[in-house]
Amino acid sequence: MEKELLTIEHLKKSFGDNVILDDVNLTVKQGEVIVIIGPSGCGKSTLLRCINALEPIQEGQILLDGEKIEPKSKNLTQLRQKIGMVFQSYELFPHLSVLDNIMLAPIKVQKRPKDEVKEEALALLERVGLAEKAKSYPRELSGGQKQRVAIVRALCMHPEILLFDEVTAALDPEMVREVLDVMLNLAAQGRTMLIVTHEMQFAKAVADRVIFLDNGNIVEDAAPDEFFNHPKTSRAKQFLNMFAFDDVKPHEKV
Amino acid sequence: MLDLGLDVLLKGNNMIRLLQGLWVALWISLVSVIISMPLGILLGIVMTWKNKVTKAILRIYLEFIRIMPQLVLLFIVYFGTTRIFGWELSGETASIIVFVLWGTAEMSDLVRGALVSIPKHQYECSEALGMSMAQTYRYIIIPQAVRRLIPLSINLITRMIKTTSLILMIGVVEVLKVSQQIIEANRMSSPNAAFGIYLTVFILYFIACWPISMLARYLEKKWR
Amino acid sequence: MNWDFIMRYLPMYQKAAILTVKIGALGIVFAIIVGLICATIQYYKVPVLRTIVAVYIELSRNTPLLVQLFFIYYGLPKVGISIDANTCGVAGLAFLGGSYMAEAFRSGLETIEPIQEESALSLGMSNYQAMRYVILPQAVSISIPAFMANVIFLLKETSVFSAISLMDLMFTAKDLIGVYYKTTESLFLLVVFYLIILLPVSILGSLLERRLRYAGFGA
Repeated sequence: MEKELLTIEHLKKSFGDNVILDDVNLTVKQGEVIVIIGPSGCGKSTLLRCINALEPIQEGQILLDGEKIEPKSKNLTQLRQKIGMVFQSYELFPHLSVLDNIMLAPIKVQKRPKDEVKEEALALLERVGLAEKAKSYPRELSGGQKQRVAIVRALCMHPEILLFDEVTAALDPEMVREVLDVMLNLAAQGRTMLIVTHEMQFAKAVADRVIFLDNGNIVEDAAPDEFFNHPKTSRAKQFLNMFAFDDVKPHEKV
Repeated sequence: MLDLGLDVLLKGNNMIRLLQGLWVALWISLVSVIISMPLGILLGIVMTWKNKVTKAILRIYLEFIRIMPQLVLLFIVYFGTTRIFGWELSGETASIIVFVLWGTAEMSDLVRGALVSIPKHQYECSEALGMSMAQTYRYIIIPQAVRRLIPLSINLITRMIKTTSLILMIGVVEVLKVSQQIIEANRMSSPNAAFGIYLTVFILYFIACWPISMLARYLEKKWR
Repeated sequence: MNWDFIMRYLPMYQKAAILTVKIGALGIVFAIIVGLICATIQYYKVPVLRTIVAVYIELSRNTPLLVQLFFIYYGLPKVGISIDANTCGVAGLAFLGGSYMAEAFRSGLETIEPIQEESALSLGMSNYQAMRYVILPQAVSISIPAFMANVIFLLKETSVFSAISLMDLMFTAKDLIGVYYKTTESLFLLVVFYLIILLPVSILGSLLERRLRYAGFGA
């Protein structure tokens, strides 16, 4: 049996009186790919931010490999190295070249030898089809290219789990695919991933489990086939219906 | 107790004299602002025109005025005109001339900046709505430019008030000159007057400028 | 124009210009230090200190340098704090410039979106590393135009030093006008020397600004 990598117990997160996440429980096993979906404002992104200790939590706990993650953790930087995060807005460092963006943290944080990091960075860039962009600056890249670099930047830290926060939401439609393909590849390699997305087809293809989050609660937790074909709750049905369209072509009407 | 020389202020009409001195400085900056604002706006609009010769000439004027310390300009106008043209300008007149030249240059740069900062889309968008050029300016461009401009122009006023402290150096009797006179006259009775008087002047300038700065900041925040 | 006169008094202006630049440069260095300290305090919202900084910034920005200098040079000795004219010039410039530099640095820091810092933290960087490698380099390049404008502004402000009897360019010019009535020549030399000091800085400033604009940070 695979070991449990990430455990979230009774997580409660609020901003003032505004409760964002309420009693969230979730266990992620090694190698599992979990897709989190739900209407906007349901707390999906906040959940990911809590896992990376970018937000303080009010109740409950988050454990990675049995170690507690919170903004006050002493070994927070070590824990964060085990968690790779990719943001919707890429957040590449604009003053650094693509290669330096990727190499900065492995060299400065993990103190790994420069040559080794460079070799790995170039190999990873090659794998996502961006080898020739190593010397470019972020402003010279398209959105899809930036996002692929951001993924490589996270990978180069050798994280145990990857968090993706609506990574294709800011992209032009024709660039979505190139980023999703990279993620499908990572899933195929057996990476542990937590993905927040609105791409339903992609979710179906990549997920081992689908989590439906609504109003700060996990409403459904099911295999993708089951969730998309036979959602149990009316809230999930309602949500999935928003992605379907009825025909409204008057001239074809009988 | 430490003698801070504040008693001098209460002697005779010393405080009133100081305030009168400050008023001279404020009056000169007020007159200069009123003259240089319209001139600056005009010049700023001209600067956005495409005519290369006008632009180049204005550019040299602007850059020279803006790069020279205001005190140098005061010297040039006050001492220079006497020598070259034989004019006998009073210190006040020379000050107003310099502050108008300088204020116009600064103002025109602010106006140009405000006009240039309006994105091209705004012009295109109002054209797409079928507006004429005049309407575009009247309803779209000028309201936006003015909002950017007003806080900056208010700041220019405080800069001008602060710069009036320099006119002491060309013999205008303003607040610092009055201070010197008071300190000199009370040298024997209050040897420490310099501390109290200059502290008072410091505070007076602050009282004159601070509310104006606050207003500028408030408007900037409100209109951002 | 009397060229003999100009040549004769050129060395005097040179000496005065060197004094102007020396005190100006020293004052600006201290202004940068004061500005960095104030900006850091404001950025991290250090209690108490940030209030002191806020008061200092308002006082310094809303009063003229000349009045500040008069107070430091003529007023403070009366309560036992005596400093010579050179030190007074440096101190005055640092007091005035510190607030302008602080504002330039602070607005540079504020332009960097918090999510940039988060993205650095999520890579396992410490707060210090995020500041050092991610935020500062960006903030510095963004503040450069304001910074250069401040440098020029402060160099121009040195012109009031003659009021506390520092023998700078203004002092020399006024002296020569008073003694020899060679107004045109004295003023000519004055303008030329200020151009020699200020033009290179101004040109450097616009070059940097153009390069930064080309680099087009963000997006």
